[in-house]
Amino acid sequence: MSATVPGTVETGVAVVGAGPAGLAAAVSAAEAGAAVVVVDACPQPGGQFWRHRPETVEPNPDGKGHHGWRTYRDLRARFDAGRHTGRIKYLPGQQVWMAEKTDGGFVVRMTPTVTADPAYGTAGSGSTVVARRLVLCPGGYDRQLPVPGWDLPGVMAAGGIQAFIKANGALPGKRFVIAGTGPFLLPVAAGIAQAGGQVLAVLESSSPKAWLPHLKAAASVPEKAVEGVEYAAVFARHRIPYRIRTIATEVLGDARASGVRTAKVDADGRVRPGTERVYTDVDVVGFGWGFTPQMELPLSLGVETRLDADSSLVGVVTERQESSIPGLFLAGEVTGVGGASLAVLEGLTAGASAAAEPDSAAGPPGFRAMARHRRFAEAMHRAHPIPDVWQDWLTPDTTVCRCEEVTAGEITEARENLGARDARTLKSFTRAGMGWCQGRVCGFAAACLGSGPGALPTVASLSAAAKRPLAAPVGIGELADLIPTDD
Amino acid sequence: MSAYPSGTSLSGTPDEVTISFDGRQITTAAGQSVGSALVTNGITAWRDTRKQARPRGLFCGIGVCFDCLVAVDGEPNQRACLVEVREGMEIKGSCGPSVHPLAEPEGGRE
Repeated sequence: MSATVPGTVETGVAVVGAGPAGLAAAVSAAEAGAAVVVVDACPQPGGQFWRHRPETVEPNPDGKGHHGWRTYRDLRARFDAGRHTGRIKYLPGQQVWMAEKTDGGFVVRMTPTVTADPAYGTAGSGSTVVARRLVLCPGGYDRQLPVPGWDLPGVMAAGGIQAFIKANGALPGKRFVIAGTGPFLLPVAAGIAQAGGQVLAVLESSSPKAWLPHLKAAASVPEKAVEGVEYAAVFARHRIPYRIRTIATEVLGDARASGVRTAKVDADGRVRPGTERVYTDVDVVGFGWGFTPQMELPLSLGVETRLDADSSLVGVVTERQESSIPGLFLAGEVTGVGGASLAVLEGLTAGASAAAEPDSAAGPPGFRAMARHRRFAEAMHRAHPIPDVWQDWLTPDTTVCRCEEVTAGEITEARENLGARDARTLKSFTRAGMGWCQGRVCGFAAACLGSGPGALPTVASLSAAAKRPLAAPVGIGELADLIPTDD
Repeated sequence: MSAYPSGTSLSGTPDEVTISFDGRQITTAAGQSVGSALVTNGITAWRDTRKQARPRGLFCGIGVCFDCLVAVDGEPNQRACLVEVREGMEIKGSCGPSVHPLAEPEGGRE
C-alpha cells in the first residue's frame, strides 16, 4: 500500500529518535554527505538519557546531574551545525505511528506527540518522510514486574523518576524507596538525593557476588567503575541504605502509595521467611528491572530478532548496524540494552553506514570500543537477572495489565484452563496488553506468565506482544488519509 | 550542592505559570510538565480506571504507559507527563469523577 498525503518530505537518510544513538546517527550521516531528516517524539533533542529542562526556559543547561554531558554538547553542536547548513532537517514533537518498506526505500508516517501543545507538532498532522535509508533509534524504557499495589499512584518507573527530575528540576515526592535490579538503580537514587529527596532504601534483588564470574568483562570498561565509585560516594554522603538480595513484596496504601513491605530473597528470588520489613511514610516507590527496547517499528518492518542476555527481544545487526532488511539500520537499545556510550558508538556507525554505498568497505571506527561495551552489557545482564521465581511474589488478584486491569489469576487461569501460552493468545482471552499502552508495560511479565512458572518468554511470544499495527495512537482522520492505490 | 525539594524549581528558573485543575488554581514554575505541576502541588491521582475506578497518576513519566491521561483545554487523552504547562491552561481529570482526596499542603501522606 502506498499513499500520498500533504506534508511529505523526501530525504536520503531518515533517523527516528534524537537520543544518544539518534543524535550520533544524524550527525555522522550528515557529515558523510547525506541529506538527513530526524524525527523525534520529544520537543527538544536529548532523548531519555540527556533529557533536560525546556530550552525555552533554561537555554544553556549546565549538565548538572547528567553523565556524558560533554559528549552531548559535542553531538548537539554538530547537530545544530547540520541544521544550520540545511544538511539536517529536524522534526521534533512527532511520534512515528507507522513505518513501511517500499521499492525505493522507506515511508515513515508521523503524528504530533501532543495535540494540545504548540511546542509540539510543528510538522503538522499526517506528515510523512520518504527516505532511501532508515535508521531506527527508538530507545527503551524501564522493564516492569508486577507486585501487589504497584498500580497505586506514587509508584513510578525508576527511569520516570529520573526523567521527572531532569525535565522538571523538581522531585515527585520527598521520601523514596527504589527497587528492582541493575546498576541503573544507583543513578536514580543518587539523583534523588542530590536533588534534596530522601532515599529510604535501594532494594537490589541480586548480589554483587553475581559479578564475580564477569570481572574481566567489567574491567574492560573502566569508566563504568569510576561511575560506580561516584555513586558509592553519594550513597555514603546521603546515608542511602543499599540492601542486596532484597525485594519489595508489596506496595502499601489505599488511594496512593504510603509504604513498602520488603523481604530478603535467596539466589533464585525466593522470599526468606522471617525477613519481612515495612517502610512507612513513603511518597514514591520506584521500580526498575532493566529495560525494554522499543521494538514496534523494527518488528513492523520485519527485522530478524533474537533474545538478548537479559531476555529482551532485540534486533540482529551486522557490524555496520544494518538489520536483516537492506537499508534499515538499528542503533541503541533496540540492538541490545547497553547504555548511552554504546548507543552513541552504534549511532555513529549506523549513520555513516546509512550514508555510504551498500558495499562500501569502510570499517566501522568504533568497533573495538563497541565490543568492549557489549561485553560489559552482557556481564551486567547476567549479574542482574530477573529472579527465577518472581511469579511467586504475585497474588491471584495482583494487577498485571494496568490498562485493562487484568490480574495474575486471570492470566494463569487462561494459561492452565484455556491453553493460552503466548502473549497473543493471552491478549485475546484476557485483554492483557489490549489497552492504551498496548502491552508496553505488561508485555514482558504477561509473556513470562504465559510461559509458565519460572519460565522466561520466547522470541515468538515477545514478538507477538510487541508487534502492533499502529506504533502510536493516531486519529481516525489520519487513517482515512491513507488512500490505497493499485500498486 | 543546591537542592530543589518537592514543589520548588531549580534556582535560576524564571516565571511562574498559573493553570487550573478541575477548576482549582495551581501555580507552578514555567517549563514544568502538567504532571509535575500536579504532583508538586500534592495531586498524585487525576483519573479513575474504567473497570474498578482505581486512581491513577504518573507512572512511566516518559509517555509510554498512558496512566497519566488528562484533558488539556478540552483536548482529551493527553499525557500529563509530556505536556508543558502554559499560562491559563485548563486541565481536567481524564475520566471518572476525578475527585481524589488531595494531599496535605506539605505534600503529605495518608
